[in-house]
Amino acid sequence: MNAMQRVLTTLSHREPDRVPLFLLTSLQGARELGLSIEEYFSRADYVVEGQLRLQRKYRSDCITCFFHAAIELEAWGGSVIYQPDCPPNAGPAIIHGPTDIDKLQPPGIEDSPGLMRVLETIRQLKNRVGASIPIIGMVISPFSLPVMQMGFDHYIELIYEQPERWARLMALNEEFCVAWANAQLAAGATAIGYADPVSSLTIIPRELYLKTGQPVARRTLARIDGPTATHLASGRCLGIVDDIAATGTQALGVSALEDLAELKTAAQGKLALIGNLNGVEMRRWTTERAEAEVKRAIAKAGRGGGFILADNHGEIPWQVPDEVLLAICHAAEQWGRYPLDWID
Amino acid sequence: MSVPTIFTQDLIETFREALESLDRIRLEAVFQRAISSATPLEVVEKLVVPALEQIGQRWDEGQIALSQIYMSGRLCEDLVEQALPPGAPERNHLPKLAIVVLNDYHMLGKRIVCSVMRASGFEIADYGRMDVAELVERIVIDKLQILLISVLMLPSALKIRELRDALDARGVRIKILVGGAPFQFDPQLWREVGADAMGLSATDAVATVQHWAGDMA
Repeated sequence: MNAMQRVLTTLSHREPDRVPLFLLTSLQGARELGLSIEEYFSRADYVVEGQLRLQRKYRSDCITCFFHAAIELEAWGGSVIYQPDCPPNAGPAIIHGPTDIDKLQPPGIEDSPGLMRVLETIRQLKNRVGASIPIIGMVISPFSLPVMQMGFDHYIELIYEQPERWARLMALNEEFCVAWANAQLAAGATAIGYADPVSSLTIIPRELYLKTGQPVARRTLARIDGPTATHLASGRCLGIVDDIAATGTQALGVSALEDLAELKTAAQGKLALIGNLNGVEMRRWTTERAEAEVKRAIAKAGRGGGFILADNHGEIPWQVPDEVLLAICHAAEQWGRYPLDWID
Repeated sequence: MSVPTIFTQDLIETFREALESLDRIRLEAVFQRAISSATPLEVVEKLVVPALEQIGQRWDEGQIALSQIYMSGRLCEDLVEQALPPGAPERNHLPKLAIVVLNDYHMLGKRIVCSVMRASGFEIADYGRMDVAELVERIVIDKLQILLISVLMLPSALKIRELRDALDARGVRIKILVGGAPFQFDPQLWREVGADAMGLSATDAVATVQHWAGDMA
């Protein structure tokens, strides 16, 4: 099987030749090319070369064309703050008070040099790899984007205290999100990661999710012209697995803070799981610990397919040593071969 | 002087439930009932802090979400500041403490801890967002005794080590309490970066600061 076949098989809840591995290394492409993170993301051909080198090195079963979350804020008129050793951060909010929402308009994709650079990256990657390996695009959900647009505290207040303005902001963000996702699919992305951390039970209670994040996701995902995977960026989700499945997404990125076996039971036949190696602890793992963690995850969620081994946040920190990443890849190949008869 | 018997477990539960459900009318009613028969400081210590402790416990157990923590902290802060304004002599002015977001740009955790500390009767300076060098100078100038640091990103958590080393090099003795997602995902990290304690919730921060304040008194 090639990577595409392996991933499609597991997404249909059947066992492929081995557990697929999504090693979501985005920043590490800069290190491969000897560039700063800011330089790396300044040109599509850098990211293409970086991601292809990482894929060859780690034999991951996908290529991510995710640059960073702040690139979406930049499209809305915001700025990006680069630092030498971490993902770029979003600059100051673009919504300075709730009344700003009344006159806000979503940007056109073609008007944003950053987003156009991502699309060019996807096109070049597609030309290089064809249909042999999934290329994963990424959007920030309309429900989670306001954390960058207006600041987390002001956004929570908006949700609770100004439902009409919140609804208007969602309508604007949904238009943008659908356009951005479909542009990535048109450029050659195989599927779209729908990053929606605010919908996690870590951030809002289920009752609120059912009134806010879930209907937004239902409407948005229905208009995206390709498969989607929801990612809660290490937020908890065990109590809303069925609710997330009802949004129409096919897969779910899950947290290291929840038990993978319980998640697998909850998601069985409804959602494929992506996770849940602890990216923060990974920084100080030994190669033996990496192998043990890979075995633990596969033992809990591998059987029957419907499982992709990955970190729990959707992005591996810059500080994780290369030998740990290589140990994860090696262990995934060694212990991920179906039928997984080494599991008791 | 004996503490008024109004502060029953039922009253604290009612106050907590009103906070979690953002029921401002019920919240105000319970608070006014309490304040009519006790001093503001007693209300803070016997009603607000226990209710916030229960909320913190329920956060640790995954029973409530961050949005509820944030909103309940903010509501409490508003109530307490009416009864016990900033600068009021009854507030805990010592030890000198401040909170900061180190290196990264995610401010929600700091805002929550600030609200809960103030709702618990503490005076706390809000340093906003700072880098290591700027923060060292500010700590020295302010003769700070306790620093609370909130971070979201792993690289920012690792910067605390740089801060501690820089403070040690200047001979500055200060208690550092850290909190934020990296410490939740890696329970050993706070020791590695040279912190004195780690809090998983804002009420953990209150408990730790109360403990240290007792030692410093």
